[in-house]
Amino acid sequence: MNATVCSVVVAGDSYVLTVAIFLPVLAALLMLLINKNRHSTIKWTALAASIANFIGVIPLFTDFDKTTAKMQFVAQYQWIRAWNINYYVGVDGISVLFVLLSALATILCVLVSWTAIKDKVKEFFIALMLIEGAMIGVFSSLDMFMFYIFWEAMLIPMYLLVGIWGGPGRLYAAIKFFLYTLTGSVLMLLGVITIYMMTGTFDMVKLMSTQLPVGMQMVLFWAFFAAFAVKVPMFPVHTWLPDAHTEAPTAGSVILAAILIKMGAYGFLRFSLPMFPDASQSVAPLMMVLSVVGIIYGGVICLSQTDLKRLIAYSSVSHMGFVTLGIFSLNIQGLEGGILQMINHGVITGALFLCVGMVYERSHTRLIADYGGLANVMPVFAGFFMVFTFASVGLPGTNGFVGEFLILIGGFTANKPVGILAATGVIIGAVYMLWLYQRVFYTDVNEKIAGLSDITFREVVTLLPLLILVFWIGFYPSAFTGFMDATVTQLLGRLRGGHMQALNMLIETVVK
Amino acid sequence: MDIIHYILIPVLPLTAFVLNIVLGKFIFKKQAHLIAIAAVGISLALSIKAFMEASAGVVINQDLYTWIASGTFKVSVGFLVDQLTAVMLIVVTSVSFLVHVYSIGYMHGDAGYPRFFSFLSLFTFSMLMLVMSNNFLQLYFGWEAVGLCSYFLIGFWYEKKTAADAAKKAFIVNRFGDFGFGLGVILIFLNFGTLHYTDIFKDLGVIAAQTVMICGNEINLTTLIALLLFCGAVGKSAQLPLHVWLPDAMEGPTPVSALIHAATMVTAGVFLVARANPIFSMSPVAMDVVALTGGITAIFAATIALVQNDIKRVVAYSTVSQLGYMFVACGVGAFSAGIFHLYTHAFFKACLFLCAGSVMHAMGGELDVQKMGGLKKYMPITYWTMFIASLSIAGVPGLAGFFSKDEILWKALSSHSPVGKFVWIIGVITALLTAFYSFRVLFLAFHGTFRGTEEQKHHLHESPSAMTIPLMVLSVGAVVAGYVGVPHILGGHDWIGGFLGHVVGHAPVHAGAEASLEWPAMILSVIVAVVGIAAAAFFYLKRPELPQKIADSFKPIYRLLFNKYYVDEIYGFLIVKPCYWVSANVLDKITDKVFIEGIVNGVPMIVEWSGQKLRKIQTGVVLHYSLAMAIGVFLLAVLVIFGAGK
Repeated sequence: MNATVCSVVVAGDSYVLTVAIFLPVLAALLMLLINKNRHSTIKWTALAASIANFIGVIPLFTDFDKTTAKMQFVAQYQWIRAWNINYYVGVDGISVLFVLLSALATILCVLVSWTAIKDKVKEFFIALMLIEGAMIGVFSSLDMFMFYIFWEAMLIPMYLLVGIWGGPGRLYAAIKFFLYTLTGSVLMLLGVITIYMMTGTFDMVKLMSTQLPVGMQMVLFWAFFAAFAVKVPMFPVHTWLPDAHTEAPTAGSVILAAILIKMGAYGFLRFSLPMFPDASQSVAPLMMVLSVVGIIYGGVICLSQTDLKRLIAYSSVSHMGFVTLGIFSLNIQGLEGGILQMINHGVITGALFLCVGMVYERSHTRLIADYGGLANVMPVFAGFFMVFTFASVGLPGTNGFVGEFLILIGGFTANKPVGILAATGVIIGAVYMLWLYQRVFYTDVNEKIAGLSDITFREVVTLLPLLILVFWIGFYPSAFTGFMDATVTQLLGRLRGGHMQALNMLIETVVK
Repeated sequence: MDIIHYILIPVLPLTAFVLNIVLGKFIFKKQAHLIAIAAVGISLALSIKAFMEASAGVVINQDLYTWIASGTFKVSVGFLVDQLTAVMLIVVTSVSFLVHVYSIGYMHGDAGYPRFFSFLSLFTFSMLMLVMSNNFLQLYFGWEAVGLCSYFLIGFWYEKKTAADAAKKAFIVNRFGDFGFGLGVILIFLNFGTLHYTDIFKDLGVIAAQTVMICGNEINLTTLIALLLFCGAVGKSAQLPLHVWLPDAMEGPTPVSALIHAATMVTAGVFLVARANPIFSMSPVAMDVVALTGGITAIFAATIALVQNDIKRVVAYSTVSQLGYMFVACGVGAFSAGIFHLYTHAFFKACLFLCAGSVMHAMGGELDVQKMGGLKKYMPITYWTMFIASLSIAGVPGLAGFFSKDEILWKALSSHSPVGKFVWIIGVITALLTAFYSFRVLFLAFHGTFRGTEEQKHHLHESPSAMTIPLMVLSVGAVVAGYVGVPHILGGHDWIGGFLGHVVGHAPVHAGAEASLEWPAMILSVIVAVVGIAAAAFFYLKRPELPQKIADSFKPIYRLLFNKYYVDEIYGFLIVKPCYWVSANVLDKITDKVFIEGIVNGVPMIVEWSGQKLRKIQTGVVLHYSLAMAIGVFLLAVLVIFGAGK
């Protein structure tokens, strides 16, 4: 028997990611012990845990080796020997930034829920901590079995978050969200099992360099597509998003926007492209078309929204269309732009939902028509919202521009008409966001919101990190795209190589 | 001059912006202008120094840091300061400085005083980044950033719905142009692998013969790139068909109209065409499009200006018209004449706007010239400076506007293309209209008897010196600025033409028969200017009852002009309303709610329905179960027997 199989440690024993996954879970367990009426102890515990976790993952940013496409911070231990399942975590240039973003988003979610959550406080923060563990688990799992567990584990606290602490229509939204994503997940599970039956392994790193038969790739692509497209969400499976976003509590909306819907796009990058390269290439044109439909459809439908959160939710459909367009351009600018735009969208839309949450906490209305003249009532808040609005519009100097522009270059390179159509999204984006801003912040002060207090120090602290990221990525994106270069280059090599392999196989069969 | 000095030119206003936006409201308050003016003042001094370096032939082209890099796509933030940029630096910083000073008086007591100055600083920074860029993407950055500042400043008094609407409209209409501009930039990258001006212009020959198919038509690649870039210019410089935002932009404070919507930002389109002149020069089709767009816009806007009563809107349409002249120049290959007019226009148009602001200041915000009259004796400085600026724009010999406009008209006439001749005719007619409408406003506002309310009359006063000094400086500029470009025929050296020639090349020199036309053409320009002014004097000084009679007898034409050819209404009907209608009634109500949700909710319904039906099989009657079992056994047997046979 092979020596490595006998030892418990298979490859690598970095504890950074393990701590990042399980520290929040431990914190949740600890919070179980706290008396449920001691709200402030619970909140401070959650805040301390989320900050500690963020500090814990900082090495991912500082010590990451940008020159290699190999998995880093790897830890691999044997778990279920009979089925060749391992505890296997690690990050590469695609996933590393999402672990960081998840950790940051959790802190902000704790902060924004500080006074907004008044009911079942203990349960709320426990759910939030469990979500953080599961999110980081999804982005760092390198074993398909583990990945699937975290993927599904994420669903339960999220369902509770929407269903318990949500708005009036929360039950409908929560069930819709649950069924939608579960349907996709079931098909993915079948895919995972099929891959295991064919290859005998759940090891994602191995699978990323395994050549599956082209016909099988196609079947698997669609099985995984079901799960990922729902999460992104791609047109036409997007209708759960407006409901879930609208009804979710602020922290839920932020998690949904910043992290959860990124998992779909991450799935494309982690599974579909490297494991089914030939299938990916043959369906890429279709994916690009769906993306462009999403960009335009999501944008135009924003024009008729009357609810603040619903509008931002639909804008996500449009922005995520850019992400999938970049990914399926299958070239370096498209892929890097797509990954960067995932981060950007997390920052911008996360921030917009935080903002809406802050003002909702004061006004208890999400109807755009109830606002007007808010710039005079809450000037500091208006300034923050303005920055995020223009980042969402993709103004140069903000992060939104860099991502969109790289994606447009990628899209244009891959397919000119698609690139041109996608660029119209830039116009539509300006229309709905500026119109929203005007109706909420400009003109005369609506009496329904007169007398609201401006945002507090805690709220400024909540928004400030995202504001910094908007400009940091906007003016110096290389600090972030640098992480991706090696991994994306390798992925592209895999796509082209996979294509060649498939061609060779085809030639061989023809010769035979 | 050290590179750090060049960097300071934009960085100083940026610093002023950051300080004022963060601290202005809490600390500087009414002193917010000090930092802003100090910053732009030093930038002005450094710009003058940079201009002198450029005159000495020093060209700076340096990358500072890599902005965006992905694969082979690499763009830097970097500065190119050549003769073209040097002229723009002078225009931007000097007008900006004067407008800053003017604003001390004009914005005095406004609640948003620090905010106003912080946006002025941000604008100055953005505009400087635009003109100093050494690549297309940084140009695009500056381009969008000045658009952002324009949005903030048009909507400065955002409590007014009209102001908020105008700001939004300006940004969105510009986005239409930028859509093309952005595609042009991407196309440049895909074909040259770089966005640096020098690298692109060096390799232009490579794509000279390339074509692309669009809807079955073969189009020259250079033409396509040039036209896409021009889309951006059309938006930013408010040319047809994207001119609609500029007149509405007058909702902003008047100093903003002078700085952004007359002297600097709106000229960015002309700058873009001049900067990309090697690309445009290679495409005769694109050049003709530029010249025709400019020419048609010039006369279109001038006709509207004839009948408007809002003093700022007249000046705004005049700006659209004058920008048209600049594009005419570029389109006939006389880029230096275009930039020359940009430079003189900055002075006389900024002066006109600030005069209008001074009038508004005295009249308590009144804009309607029909309600003014006789202001001359109350505000003599404003009157005389506006008089000089009007003479200049009308093209009276000896003033700045004469030299630059005449240069454009001459270059158009002497160009060999029929398009050039055509736009020359338009240009001459427009010059007549320009002289007329400029003096119409002047006479209506400052001559005759006062037609406003008693209360307004009581408050009439000359503006404070913070406002009148910039007026006087600008009016001096409106006179002397033209002397850098005195044509050879008048014994001058056309210094600016030679100076800019290093960057934009020299328009073809014409000899023989064409040259003999230069004197008659110039005399014709002078005649139309004088006739225009005289006509205005006749209608508005001598026979003030006549204009109304003419308007009444040509009602349809008057209404068409007064309503600006109904362009806004047409766009509303064709574009805006259908978009909102589709969004609300098709996508939201039908596609999402009925179609997709129908399928999504339909699946559980089918499951439930089939569950309900299948439940009925469970009847509890033993006979039914045994029958089902018998059928099952039979089918299995059939399957085994016949299936095994194969």
